[in-house]
Amino acid sequence: MEKTISLSSKGAVEDKVGSSNTVKEMSVKGGNRSKSFSEEFMRIIFTVCGFAAVAAVAAITIYMLIAGVPAIFKVGIAEMLFGTVWAPTAAEPSFGIAYIVLTSVVGTAASIVIGVPVGLLTAVFMSEVATPKVAKVVKPAVELLAGIPSIVYGLLGLLIINPLMGKLEMAIFADSETHVMNGGANLISAVLVLAIMILPTVINSSETALRAVPMHLRQASLALGATPTQTIFKVTIPAAKSGIITAIVLGIGRAVGEAMAIVLVSGNTVNVPLPFNSVRFLTTGIVSEMGYASGLHREALFTIGLVLFAFIMVINIIINKILKGGESNEK
Amino acid sequence: MESKISVTKLNLYYGSNHALKDVSMEIPKNEVTAFIGPSGCGKSTFLKTLNRMNDLVDGVKIEGKVLIDGEDIYGNDVDTTLLRKKVGMVFQQPNPFPMSIYDNIAYGPRIHGIKNRAQLDEIVETSLRGAAIFDEVKDRLKKSALGLSGGQQQRLCIARALAVKPDVLLMDEPTSALDPISTLKVEELMAELKKDYTVVIVTHNMQQATRIADNTAFFLVGEMVEMNKTEVLFSRPMDKRTEDYITGRFG
Repeated sequence: MEKTISLSSKGAVEDKVGSSNTVKEMSVKGGNRSKSFSEEFMRIIFTVCGFAAVAAVAAITIYMLIAGVPAIFKVGIAEMLFGTVWAPTAAEPSFGIAYIVLTSVVGTAASIVIGVPVGLLTAVFMSEVATPKVAKVVKPAVELLAGIPSIVYGLLGLLIINPLMGKLEMAIFADSETHVMNGGANLISAVLVLAIMILPTVINSSETALRAVPMHLRQASLALGATPTQTIFKVTIPAAKSGIITAIVLGIGRAVGEAMAIVLVSGNTVNVPLPFNSVRFLTTGIVSEMGYASGLHREALFTIGLVLFAFIMVINIIINKILKGGESNEK
Repeated sequence: MESKISVTKLNLYYGSNHALKDVSMEIPKNEVTAFIGPSGCGKSTFLKTLNRMNDLVDGVKIEGKVLIDGEDIYGNDVDTTLLRKKVGMVFQQPNPFPMSIYDNIAYGPRIHGIKNRAQLDEIVETSLRGAAIFDEVKDRLKKSALGLSGGQQQRLCIARALAVKPDVLLMDEPTSALDPISTLKVEELMAELKKDYTVVIVTHNMQQATRIADNTAFFLVGEMVEMNKTEVLFSRPMDKRTEDYITGRFG
């Protein structure tokens, strides 16, 4: 024990180096078993925790494949992915998920188109325009937005957006004989709710990216006679590009995977994703039917889950590619 | 000697800190004027009042008159973007934009409305030649400016400043981040630049001031102590403080 203590004190070691050559006192051989045991033990704990996440991903992947693949073969790949009729409980059941996939793609894309510009400009406001005092008010608000449970967004959509859409629908389709009225529970409502929901994700990531742009680049631009607005759009935003792309991809991930909020506002019948149609997303399809599904129907819902899972995986791979690309750019 | 910039009783406050005190000076046209002084003496702050870059600092208050070509640049009707086009600036750290060499130079002309491709090509070449870097980069104009060495980046930044065709070029310790050889190139460049531009440079390095400046002003704790022809200031300083500083007694 004593040896270890004297070695841990730097002064003592130097003293001995200077004064004597006796090997015994200089020995670095610990012989302290309890210490090496605790090191080893913690190393195992760290490793186990490190692999827990990997194991979870592996388990999910394997289980989704086991649960989702059989229905594909029972129904037929083409019939399932390109079929447009979803009637799982009919006498002659049909499991076409084309409209459901299309709704998720269109709904996500539209919410990105609306949410990203608003989010990016909010981030610009917070990092470039607002005085520190104002930014101190806006930032907690944005963080709060991120913390609101998604079902609450759905409730607000139900209370505010659906009635508005309902009125708009009545006005537009008053004379239509083919349109099925759905009280405003339609694709637009879902897109608006999603667009608001992705705001915090987009704002936070892009604000971080904008703040990381060195001040001297802005100064260089202003010193050349650029206006603050020109500087924002031609220097600051381009310099923060990779971070902003990450923000967009994270937003896509959030929108694709959202279920609770939009199941309340989207009407939830399988239709072509047109603005005023009641629609069903991949997520809402599972949420609304899993409760009573059985047999092939249940398996088909797992296949929908698998498709969603594949979507998210692809998006994550893209994120990683971008993040790596960003690093190599900096070098 | 024709005066390009004329400053009268300039006072600048950062909040309660009185950073520049009653500074008055005449900066002659087509000459190199250097500001020297110890760190924190206000020389960089004063330089930045000449293109109003201090406006960007919160809580700054400026009193007094700064005339460039007889116009008060702190007047109510002044457009700071036009002022900064006319009074270019090169910073201490080379700060090229993360874009190609070509786009770095073309940035200024483009924001001032030049879209014609041939015209931009010509400006880029003239500016790069003006900053004595054209031969080094002519084969890689489309490559990122961040791949250049520090000295090349600084000359690129000078070229970028020249591209908007300024009258005055402000340089804030432009060689302090450079190696001796790059420093020499930038210094040689300044001698060329003064034929077409009025050059004002802040430097930490007194030898540099004697090498390149026609006039030198000595700053100390917010005051402009003394300004004269460089050779006069360094050989026969009138103020005791100047003498102490240039003979190395402090600073």
